[in-house]
Amino acid sequence: MTTFIELLLGGLAIGSVYALIALGFVVIFKATEVVNFAHASLLLAGGYVTAVLHDDIGFWPALGVGVAGAAVVGAAVEFLVMRRYRGSDHSVLAIVTIGVDILITTELTRRMGTEVLSLGDPWGDGVVTVGGITLAQTRIAAFVVAGLLITLFLLAFRYTSWGVSMRAAAENPQTAALMGIRLGRVSLSAWAVAGALAAVAALFLTVFPTPGLERATSFAALKAFPAAILGGLDSTTGALVGGLVVGVTESLATGYQGDLSFLGRGIGDLAPYLVMLVVLLVRPAGLFGTKELARV
Amino acid sequence: MATLAIRDLSVGYGPVRALRDVSVDVPAGAITAVLGGNGAGKTTLLRAVSRTLGFHHGTGTGTIRFDGRRLDGLRPAQVVAAGVIQVPEGRQVFARMTVADNLRAGALGARGGRRTTAAALDRVHALFPVLAQRAHQRAGLLSGGEQQMLAMGRALMAGPRLLLLDEPSLGLAPLMAARIAETVQEINADGTSVMLVEQNAAIALRLATTAYVLDVGEVALSGPAGELAASDEVRRRYLGVVDETAAADATRAVDGPSRPLSRWSA
Repeated sequence: MTTFIELLLGGLAIGSVYALIALGFVVIFKATEVVNFAHASLLLAGGYVTAVLHDDIGFWPALGVGVAGAAVVGAAVEFLVMRRYRGSDHSVLAIVTIGVDILITTELTRRMGTEVLSLGDPWGDGVVTVGGITLAQTRIAAFVVAGLLITLFLLAFRYTSWGVSMRAAAENPQTAALMGIRLGRVSLSAWAVAGALAAVAALFLTVFPTPGLERATSFAALKAFPAAILGGLDSTTGALVGGLVVGVTESLATGYQGDLSFLGRGIGDLAPYLVMLVVLLVRPAGLFGTKELARV
Repeated sequence: MATLAIRDLSVGYGPVRALRDVSVDVPAGAITAVLGGNGAGKTTLLRAVSRTLGFHHGTGTGTIRFDGRRLDGLRPAQVVAAGVIQVPEGRQVFARMTVADNLRAGALGARGGRRTTAAALDRVHALFPVLAQRAHQRAGLLSGGEQQMLAMGRALMAGPRLLLLDEPSLGLAPLMAARIAETVQEINADGTSVMLVEQNAAIALRLATTAYVLDVGEVALSGPAGELAASDEVRRRYLGVVDETAAADATRAVDGPSRPLSRWSA
């Protein structure tokens, strides 16, 4: 039972990190209808900046610069690349993001080489034990920080002018333009916010028990895809639920791997995608996604 | 003095010409109607003014001035900031957002500060009390007439000097259409110029002081609304009033060179 609770809590913590990534992914999709395959590279960029700077300027400033850096990279991708293709088919834009992803990831992995970089977080490998249940400090920090950021984001999305213009542009871009909403700014801010969230996620994907930032980190980031997709690509609630589902599934599947040995090893990495497939079979639009309606 | 002056406007969507050398004046403080059937180019004309042709891959030539300032070449948000706001055809409320958020969205392009926005909201609520009652409902749950009110209220939030209305009576019950017409008059009486695009010529000609009739992309007729309403051409084609000779014409046309029914080969 203890194991189960530990795995569940650990899964929720890492799931909230996936939710952060998925949220950025969904924000870009809502604002621009573009499936952003370059999301993992934004995350890598944020993590890399933090990793390089923390020795010189300390962890917190480095994290701040990393978050800002990823936001700038995101905004730059929108401004320099996506904007040139405005009006093109959305699937073309999605493919363009694959190209962007390859460019950024290649450059970053070239710089990192085979090294595993530490982000210099203050938690180290400390654990907290309450009532026989042991959790890594990093996991608790992840849960708290991700929870705070997500709440903050949802409040902003709901109550600020930025949120109103975002939702209006997502629902009906042309009418939003008639209200004087600048669609370019909306999509720029979406990319920047997504980058910033991804940079925070990069921190929690690379802290204990993970060795650190390496080229494989972007694979971990890819787990936000099943999270966003099973939640419904255009739903912020879906991103949260999807993130948690993926986190818990992965954690449980990895934890009980021994009992699942007939399936072979590595089921933990696979489980999120299996869940995604099952969800999509039952609900093709995802758990909270808007059903695609087309007039024939 | 003309507030909005459209000169020699031609618009095409790819190879398709939608407007050809259209010139329209919308005088300050008045209601100007633009009539015409489906495909006459009415909506295209409004899109050209609000600079949203790009959403439909349309391109245009000609000039559009608002109080002497060129609007062609501006971005949609700049047109809104200049005080020209379009209410789109089919209302296009943000269905998943609340009524209150829809109105907030309408104020995003306005230049005024918090106080101007609050005043605009009061005015919208005075014009359309139902929007205050339903402030926290999703806009998609409103009836057609209420959605039209919301669409107009949303546009008023930006404090327009010129309101472009695209078929406000479309799909509404006659009683509701009459309500909307009254409101248009009220908005105009408060000092907002109105350019009203309508298929319902009876309503439009009653509200407007001047009117233009578009036919396949060209201005076919124009003049004071009263004169147009009295002219045979408009009565026959847009008001559905058939006089004796016209009826005879129509019968002759039907009886004329008739062809036996055959399979369509298109």
